[in-house]
Amino acid sequence: MSETSAPIHRQLGLTDDEFAQIPELIGREPRPAELVMFSLMWSEHCSYKHSRPLLGAFPTEGPRVVQGPGENAGAVDVGDGIVAIFKVESHNHPSAVEPFEGAATGVGGIVRDILAMGARPIALLDSLRFGPLTSPRSRHLFAGAVDGIGHYGNCIGVPTVGGEVAFEECYEDSCLVNAMCVGVARADRILSAAAEGIGNPVVLIGNRTGRDGIGGASVLASAELGADRDLRPSVQVSDPFTERKLIDCCLELADRDLLVSLQDLGAAGLTSAASEMASKGGVGLDLDLDLVPLREPLTPAEILVSESQERMLAVVTPADLPAVLETCARWELEAGAIGTVTELRRFVAHAGGELVVDLPAESLTDQAPVYEVPLDPAPPEAPLDLADVPLPADLVAAWGHLLADPTVASKRWVYQQYDHLVGAGTIVRPGGDAAVVRIPGTDRALGLTLDGAERHCQLDPRAGGRRAVLEAARNLACVGARPIGATDCLNFGNPEKPPTGWRLAEAIGGMSDALRALGTPIVSGNVSLYNESRERVVYPTPVVGMVGLVEHAERSLGAALARDGDAVMVIGCGVPRLDGSIHLGPPRGRPPEPDLGLETALCDVLATSAELGMLHSAHDVSTGGLAVSLAETAIAGGRGLSVTIEADGRADEVLFGEGAAWVVVSLDPGRVRDFEDRLAAAGLTIVGRGETGGDDVVVRLGDDEVRMSVADAARRHEQTIPAALEVPA
Amino acid sequence: MRVGVVRFPGSLDHESARRAAEGAGAHVEYAWHADTRLPEGVDAVVLPGGFSYGDHLRPGAIASRSPIMNAIRRHADRGGPVLGICNGFQVLCEAGLLPGTLRPNAGLSFVCRQVELEVVDAETPWTAGAAAGARLSIPIKNHDGAWFGDPEEGRVVLRYEDDPLGSTDRVAGIANRAGNVMGLMPHPEEACDPLLGSTDGRRLFEGLAR
Amino acid sequence: MSKVVVTVMPREGVLDPQGQAVRGALVRLGFEGVGDVRVGKRIEIQLDADEPVAVAQEMVDRLLANPLVEDAHVEVDAA
Repeated sequence: MSETSAPIHRQLGLTDDEFAQIPELIGREPRPAELVMFSLMWSEHCSYKHSRPLLGAFPTEGPRVVQGPGENAGAVDVGDGIVAIFKVESHNHPSAVEPFEGAATGVGGIVRDILAMGARPIALLDSLRFGPLTSPRSRHLFAGAVDGIGHYGNCIGVPTVGGEVAFEECYEDSCLVNAMCVGVARADRILSAAAEGIGNPVVLIGNRTGRDGIGGASVLASAELGADRDLRPSVQVSDPFTERKLIDCCLELADRDLLVSLQDLGAAGLTSAASEMASKGGVGLDLDLDLVPLREPLTPAEILVSESQERMLAVVTPADLPAVLETCARWELEAGAIGTVTELRRFVAHAGGELVVDLPAESLTDQAPVYEVPLDPAPPEAPLDLADVPLPADLVAAWGHLLADPTVASKRWVYQQYDHLVGAGTIVRPGGDAAVVRIPGTDRALGLTLDGAERHCQLDPRAGGRRAVLEAARNLACVGARPIGATDCLNFGNPEKPPTGWRLAEAIGGMSDALRALGTPIVSGNVSLYNESRERVVYPTPVVGMVGLVEHAERSLGAALARDGDAVMVIGCGVPRLDGSIHLGPPRGRPPEPDLGLETALCDVLATSAELGMLHSAHDVSTGGLAVSLAETAIAGGRGLSVTIEADGRADEVLFGEGAAWVVVSLDPGRVRDFEDRLAAAGLTIVGRGETGGDDVVVRLGDDEVRMSVADAARRHEQTIPAALEVPA
Repeated sequence: MRVGVVRFPGSLDHESARRAAEGAGAHVEYAWHADTRLPEGVDAVVLPGGFSYGDHLRPGAIASRSPIMNAIRRHADRGGPVLGICNGFQVLCEAGLLPGTLRPNAGLSFVCRQVELEVVDAETPWTAGAAAGARLSIPIKNHDGAWFGDPEEGRVVLRYEDDPLGSTDRVAGIANRAGNVMGLMPHPEEACDPLLGSTDGRRLFEGLAR
Repeated sequence: MSKVVVTVMPREGVLDPQGQAVRGALVRLGFEGVGDVRVGKRIEIQLDADEPVAVAQEMVDRLLANPLVEDAHVEVDAA
């Protein structure tokens, strides 16, 4: 992609226009190091230049919001003076180049964002998307990413409790690796990145600075991946042991009130961290690059943009500096003052006695260019005509096929490689609809989920955006949690090529509609664009990370049928369709439009019923449809069920269609009446009734009956991923 | 009863071990790896799980050469109870306080799942109160948990019903001949709260007092 | 200043699952005639000592190798 004969600024990734703006902003031509800094800070990954105008549509306020978008992570009040702090971030392009390190450093980076707020990380989730498992490349990326996430998360002792994995052709060249971290802190002790206090020392803590990721942010994330695949030297290398020490050390420093402000070093390294701290604080920073500990000799520009991992930047008072350095030494971390906070709102850096950077701090951050994306729409998809879709001759075979589909199949092979228990707080483990983790020191818990709805977004981005949010809320409701905040990662193609810009705007619009209906604000997020190659563009893939509150941890629910002799009910609203379903194949048609009012009512009834102890289990119907969900809840519970379904539609629509908001619950027969009354009061429908027991999953629909033994269903569900990777189940 | 829970750089399960010991009625203090003495009045020592020193060189190898280990060795030689969990078990083997060593899991991946354990020796302080053959449901979460060694050099306390790790003789937990030092790969501190699924781990923490 | 190289290998007769996994991967890649594969560690130490080999041997005994399952070989790199 780079022509060595092209001007330097173009090789760095700046357009001619952007290059021309710099002297206008700073009053002169940029020095070499400054030019490199602009190229990174003005890259898509750092500046959000194509997406910023659209992100304003998200609802970001609410009574529980303590910190909205704009800091390292968002914070919502969870009661008792505690806040939950969380964010999701992408590491797509590095993972496509080196999946182990790409995914591992993605985890490291998001954890440091939470740590920078002074919060203790208590959970991780990850959302992964790859090409089909028939592709050796995708198998390599999948196995590598899982290995990397496990390696990092396990070593730092933060449980990886949830997430999702999907496989679609469109991700073959552009895999998606999104990592979410959730932490807790006392509301009155949250740290900010804003630098403060003229004359305060700026302290760099953690690993030495080396050549990791030089140019990573702009080279990888802003350009489509070309045929030249030898991008290995740009990938950062992870060191989770140092990260663990950083977590312990920074939490101690925060606890002892030794920090004025804290920032992590991520994309664009020291440049980004220092300029953010300066602009947010309305102050300047003056750094002496000779004081930065190095792994190997680096030029000043390289020091400024190195993406060496496991480093934090802190502002402390002169009086506290000795205690800070002593604490870091005790935790066996290198630390040292590398500069001071100044009054002039400029980012100044010296090296070898020479001035190498002298820029207004905002020129790198707030004054980055902003672009309007073309909003030319895609032509609307026509709804499916069922007459064109033959009814499967063998419904049970189609059912079995779905259970074994890699996107639907059990991800046990994935989450058994993750320590999902460390901290002794994981009340609902991976494998269900959402995870539940205790809020330390309380009787309450957080429900956590990370969900996308890419197929629906591809066909109707607004409806798909709504679906992604509602899916997340319903997953939380199924564990007995009420949503209190959300974070989002928007994974899209090149926004300069229609209809991607339109899809981005529509998806944001749909998500915002649903978030408003739920009263759930977005408090943090991330955008990853240019996820495409010459041959393939990813489906519009907004991923929603949602956090919910379980007031009484012991009332949380799981997805597994709990007892023989329980009543089973299929409840909810909406009607499933084959449009966009996995059963149908590649996405086509027009998926149903979610009903915001009824779907939020469904979440409310489920959460209330869970709180009252009325339900024994709840499992969402989503990808794969009803028959899959019925099998899954039986497999998880190790027992069968039989239900009679009363719904309009052809058998394959009802059993395998998607897009309805249905949930399979089990409960004591004595509570059924009360539950029915609640459903009726909310305008919700009962689509199916039955009971648990036996060894088979039996579904009666009109004159049809489909039956599969739980053992057979389990075998199909569990074997797909291990078999595809040729590893023991 | 006063319990010292040891912390190395990279220890991860010390807080949950502390809560579990407190749940068994103990007063708990942390012991720092660089100290040369255990905290005053400590009756029993717990080495918790984690990735001390990032598992570099060999899991538990660097931690086992810490200054605090001399004090732990003296405590063990006097018959004081020492419980090593997962990484703590690795440290005790590296320190020579327990026989054998822990090797990479058979599948070469990290494994996190619930396992069923069989109580093999009900005469140790750790298992007194359980019947021989009793079953305990406790999770494992480790990368290098396959115990390798000669079971005759110690007392096999717990075996896996189905060993996913490839240990010699399905050994999940082993004690020294005197019985006061025990190591196990499964995490009993993750099985002390009914909300987490099993309380079978409480017994081992109660064993600290015996 | 000498550069001491310590090579730590799994002991003969001890199962080497990593070596087996590597062997399997090589065979699947189409390499023929691949026999036993064992995977170990190479540790390079810059050492300022009168008798670097003896010092390194003591390092092996006290930390670098676990004699139950590992063998170590020490040599000084002439360069």
